[in-house]
Amino acid sequence: MSGTAAGPAERVADGRRPRPKLRPERLRELSLLAVIGVSVLVFSQLVDNYLSGSFFNRVTTSMAITAVLAAAQTIVILTRNIDLSVGSIVGVTAYVTGEYLAAHQTTAPVLAVGLAMLMGCVLGLLNGTLVAYGRVPSIIVTLGTLAIYRTWLIDHANSRTITADSLPQWLVEFPQRTVVSLGGLDIRLVLTVAVVVIVALQLALGRLRWGRWVYAVGSNPDAARQEGLPTERITLGAFAMCGALSGLAGFMFLSRFGTITVAAGQGLELASVAAAVVGGVSILGGSGTLIGALLGALLIDLLELSLVRVPEISVFWRDAVLGALILLAIAGDVAIGKRLRRFWTSPARHSTKPPEREATTDA
Amino acid sequence: MRDRVLRWRTELLLAAILLGVVAVNVSLSPFYLRTGNFVNMFQLSIEKAIVAVIMTLVIINGEIDLSVASVMGFSAAVVAALHEGGSVPFAVAVVVALLAGAGAGLLHGLFVARMGLPSLVVTIAGLIGFRGAARVLVGDRSIGDFPEWFDRLGQDPLVGRFSLAFIIFVVGIVAAGVVLQRTAFGRSVYVIGNNAEVARYSGISVARVKLALLTTSGFVAGLAGVLFAARLGSVRGNLAEGFELDIITMVLLGGVSIFGGSGTLVGVALSILIILNLRSGLGLANIQATTQTGIIGALLIASVLVPNLVDRLGSWRRRSGPAVMPPPASSDTGAGEVRPVVTDPNRTAHRG
Repeated sequence: MSGTAAGPAERVADGRRPRPKLRPERLRELSLLAVIGVSVLVFSQLVDNYLSGSFFNRVTTSMAITAVLAAAQTIVILTRNIDLSVGSIVGVTAYVTGEYLAAHQTTAPVLAVGLAMLMGCVLGLLNGTLVAYGRVPSIIVTLGTLAIYRTWLIDHANSRTITADSLPQWLVEFPQRTVVSLGGLDIRLVLTVAVVVIVALQLALGRLRWGRWVYAVGSNPDAARQEGLPTERITLGAFAMCGALSGLAGFMFLSRFGTITVAAGQGLELASVAAAVVGGVSILGGSGTLIGALLGALLIDLLELSLVRVPEISVFWRDAVLGALILLAIAGDVAIGKRLRRFWTSPARHSTKPPEREATTDA
Repeated sequence: MRDRVLRWRTELLLAAILLGVVAVNVSLSPFYLRTGNFVNMFQLSIEKAIVAVIMTLVIINGEIDLSVASVMGFSAAVVAALHEGGSVPFAVAVVVALLAGAGAGLLHGLFVARMGLPSLVVTIAGLIGFRGAARVLVGDRSIGDFPEWFDRLGQDPLVGRFSLAFIIFVVGIVAAGVVLQRTAFGRSVYVIGNNAEVARYSGISVARVKLALLTTSGFVAGLAGVLFAARLGSVRGNLAEGFELDIITMVLLGGVSIFGGSGTLVGVALSILIILNLRSGLGLANIQATTQTGIIGALLIASVLVPNLVDRLGSWRRRSGPAVMPPPASSDTGAGEVRPVVTDPNRTAHRG
């Protein structure tokens, strides 16, 4: 069916490249990689002993949590919703899992992770039910549950703190677990888990029918509903998945810090939104990739941890620079991205639409 | 009559909730009804209430400003840093701080209005950035020792029992109400919130309205920050941290649609009263502040959920009645949908 439609596009494209592969999203990810590369270069000039194995390890360990949360947030944002309760879910799951492990020292690690994810999933389902079936806007629901989940935790904890020495040994050592060691660079288990989860989810979003549905719901909810897509179930699923991933992040948080107070995870909701947005996920839904969110998380954590080490810059500059960076990232995206996208779509306008439809029908 | 009741349904619901809360409070404590208690109730969150007024306009306009708490902290930090520097008179420091707040708002406004970026994203950047700026200015110190007149302005009543901040709040909400309901500018705020595209075609300068609102939002947040500094008598880097959620809760509980285009300041005033009374009552019942926050969170969700469920129940009954055509597949998008995303702008704009 695309035979006639693709004709002109191929003709135009023939001049430069037969089948252009660099979609705007890819370009966005590549430019993020470039920014990350440049920042590493700049910081290595500013800071003595910057390019060390230990710093790499610190950044990647810290980034694992942000990346998982950014992925969680991205899935919800793709459906044109937002989840402001992820920080509270991290707090609840980290605390309760810690409490459980302190009481049951012999619990298998897989069971502990499962517990955290299940708990997060339940909290996410509650959000999703209110959004999808109660038809309450997600920002209202999750603003409410942000407070409710935290309140429950404070009540439940009753000003007790989970301490690292009450936790099983394997959990405390978990962040140091290394899969491969290349010279001084350790590829930690937490990083591997985060990357595997994100790549798997990205593949699912790109290749599975469910993934296309998520994008469809986010791009145009009304159209998706009229097409007969189960929009409610898709939204519910996105929130459930976001909750489960937040639970996973909660487990990582627990293992990384060991000491968990009732304030655990506070503010992570905004960090996750920021990472997704820097990674090119459109806050209006329907566009963006998890790989982008992963890079966004990497850039944010890299800058956070690097700025602290520049002697001329006080710790207090960190947030100011981060805010400016986010503004720059999105403004740059609009200034350059819009033009690129126009350049991308105009010659290929005839060819891009039909294949998309083709992809949906054979699902 | 029925029409009017329906039009003011949200406000009536809120008024009923408020009456219920007040009734419970009265039964809890005989001291509740004293004027002093009423003033105290306001005293602790008056700065949030002031910012909620401008936030109402921003949200009706279809945008949001998440940076308000950080801008509060930022302008308070400007006052503190200039005071510590000691080279300018204190009144000048206050003026500079107010301008700094307006400048922060202008910056957000330029990104939103001129570049067309979503305000949610721009003001998240502002939330992080201006909090950072406040920390840069104040560091990990606590700067105090302000002139006596400044502390007194924040802590003592100015007219009768009412503090300067309370008077600013009352004047502000009345002025904003007049602007919103009685002026062309107010009308365009609603129209843009309903449908920015339509507004543009009907000759409204969308960018200018958004720029004006976000700049004002920054200014008001700056003002609230300075008032907060005066009330506390000292400034730390984390002043007002986390307030944005409370402020947005005040607005949304007041029936303002998060999608823009509908809502009234009457509703927001009622919701502020509900929240303050609820906190006061829960305080009387010895319930901790964190639990109070959770209860308000539940109330926020319920305030939208309950009308939705009632609507859906109504449409379900109509649908299952006899002699009615089988509903089209998409019929549940109508009555059950979140409250007016698209309403007749003229109708909404003339409410009140």
